[in-house]
Amino acid sequence: MNERFKTALSHRLFWPVAVLVVMLAANTIYRPGFLAVEVNNGHLYGTPIDILRLSAPLILVALGMTLVISTGGIDLSVGSICAISGAIACLHISQAADQNNPVTVFTALAMALGAALALGAWNGVLVSVIGIQPIIATLILMVAGRGLAQLVTEGQIITINSGPYRAIGLGHFLTLPLAIFIALGAALLVAALTRRTALGMIIESVGGNREASRLAGIRSGRMVFLVYVVSAVCAAIAGFMMTANVSSADGNNAGLWVELDAILAVVIGGTSLAGGRFYLSGTILGALIIQTLTTTVYAMNISPQTALLFKAVVVIAVCLIQAPAFRARLARRRRGNPPPSAPTPQRQKEEVTA
Amino acid sequence: MSTTSLTAGPRWARLPRRHVPVLVTLALLLVMYGVGVSQYRAFSNVQVIFNVFIDNGFLLVVAVGMTFVILTGGIDLSVGSVVAMTAMVSAWLLQSGLPAPLVLVIALLIGPTLGFLMGCAIHFFEIQPFIVTLAGMFFARGMCTFISGASIPITDGFWTTMSQYRIGDPRGNFVSVSVLIAFAVVLVAAYVLAYTRLGRNVYAIGGNPQSALLMGLPLGRTRIAVYTISGLCSAIGGILLSFYTLSGAPLIAIGMELDVIAAVVIGGTVLTGGAGYIFGTVLGVLVLGVIQTLITFDGSLNSWWTKIVIGGLLFAFILFQRLIGIRYK
Repeated sequence: MNERFKTALSHRLFWPVAVLVVMLAANTIYRPGFLAVEVNNGHLYGTPIDILRLSAPLILVALGMTLVISTGGIDLSVGSICAISGAIACLHISQAADQNNPVTVFTALAMALGAALALGAWNGVLVSVIGIQPIIATLILMVAGRGLAQLVTEGQIITINSGPYRAIGLGHFLTLPLAIFIALGAALLVAALTRRTALGMIIESVGGNREASRLAGIRSGRMVFLVYVVSAVCAAIAGFMMTANVSSADGNNAGLWVELDAILAVVIGGTSLAGGRFYLSGTILGALIIQTLTTTVYAMNISPQTALLFKAVVVIAVCLIQAPAFRARLARRRRGNPPPSAPTPQRQKEEVTA
Repeated sequence: MSTTSLTAGPRWARLPRRHVPVLVTLALLLVMYGVGVSQYRAFSNVQVIFNVFIDNGFLLVVAVGMTFVILTGGIDLSVGSVVAMTAMVSAWLLQSGLPAPLVLVIALLIGPTLGFLMGCAIHFFEIQPFIVTLAGMFFARGMCTFISGASIPITDGFWTTMSQYRIGDPRGNFVSVSVLIAFAVVLVAAYVLAYTRLGRNVYAIGGNPQSALLMGLPLGRTRIAVYTISGLCSAIGGILLSFYTLSGAPLIAIGMELDVIAAVVIGGTVLTGGAGYIFGTVLGVLVLGVIQTLITFDGSLNSWWTKIVIGGLLFAFILFQRLIGIRYK
């Protein structure tokens, strides 16, 4: 019994799941109707469904971020890419004569995806070809991207009235919101591509040691380039959802701080910022935890900005639990014997910090 | 500008490679100023330069703190939020009737305390600075709205005096008290980095933490110290901002950390640590300020061009540092 408990405790998804369950339980105690789901008009409605629907963009962004982080990089520009792609799509739709025409919507999506591909390629070239530190390379686009998004929208909030586009964020399919399926589809696609082929292992090996992977015959540079493009595409789709949710594109506020939430989701999911390992299931759990936290805070009538306080507490708690040094300290205190020196090589710190 | 002599002055003739980024920034600044003067007649007015300092005094102070952190190879994302929190707390305490000196002390203690705690978390638990300061950023921003969801005006006599007092010559050119405070911070920081043990340790740790540790330098103490310094600078920046705006607003200084990091990088400090000067950071802040002034003077360009230009400059400088071969992973 004790052994089994220990195995469960040491599973990498134990803590994220525990946090999620505790949060859901606390919510249910606070508000008994929290978990209730009802069928209305052939669609499922309820807080859990809302959490799933609202977490869809974050899951998408976090998926791309997981791949980037597993190569030892980081992508700060996803929020700006969300804003730019949403702005381009909404601009194209708003200029069309018939906003409900599916062709218009598809053209708009294609244009925005094209722009996202270009931006992702820009990030990828900066990191893999020119060799700039990822955090800085993507910082450039994070700063300039907001400006570009405002340039596209000309500083205005573009509102559109397009049924098909709205469906991306609010539509339903098989009684569930369409956004959930899009996020799920993307997650399954990424999972299949990385875990059913050698791609995932190659990405992890590049994250572990780029030079060694190159010498082993992996095109490291190309892999690094690829993950930034994938991250940008994920961010663009998330951008469509965000703008579709409100049927308008705001260059300033669309996707604001989503990069931080995404990094948080990845870290909560157990993926180390040092790279070399990634856990897609953990990332999805992390995104759900963050969205549940946000919804909880809203439900308790606390202002969204104050929600950041709770986020700070969760970040620190999760990071402390996952930090080898903290675990070692805790274990020493519990057992009273000296722990094996925490294996945190200097390389990690040098590559990831700053 | 006595900071010039601290950094680039005496070795000017030899032009060592590590001074090149700062000199390029200086050249860029002069070119931009020259463009401004040639395009707009009013630009040559001395007050334009003074206004750049008045408008960016708090940014300068915060950037100085960030320079310390970046020199050790770390990063501090919490600065913008700490600035806002300091301004917010002072406005709130003044509103509830505390005397100004006490409020100043309390407000100046918050930043360093938070910085110290973050430094401890970074050093003792070996969590990435990025994540720890991200949590600090969330915490400070959350505290702002926790105090009040709306902006709190400051009517205290000391604050209004500091805000409105003008130090100037008879021709009407003036600077505010904040500018002098910012200069004082810059001078002290430049002295500490160039001539004290702490400063040497900061450069050594940024160059290579492992060698620094093997040399017997106090790695942990220095690392915690730089985050505390950054917290203190943010707190001073917050006070200056509250002098400038005479209020505490929960959403002020959002995204300021990016401006600050951009200023430090444009000023020639290398983000992996170990190379850079306070004087360069001053130039970086000035470059940002002059860009804003140019865009304001032009009138036809919109405010978002500022962001695009800053992004472009960041790119150019990073590329440049890479080309001249300064260590840049």
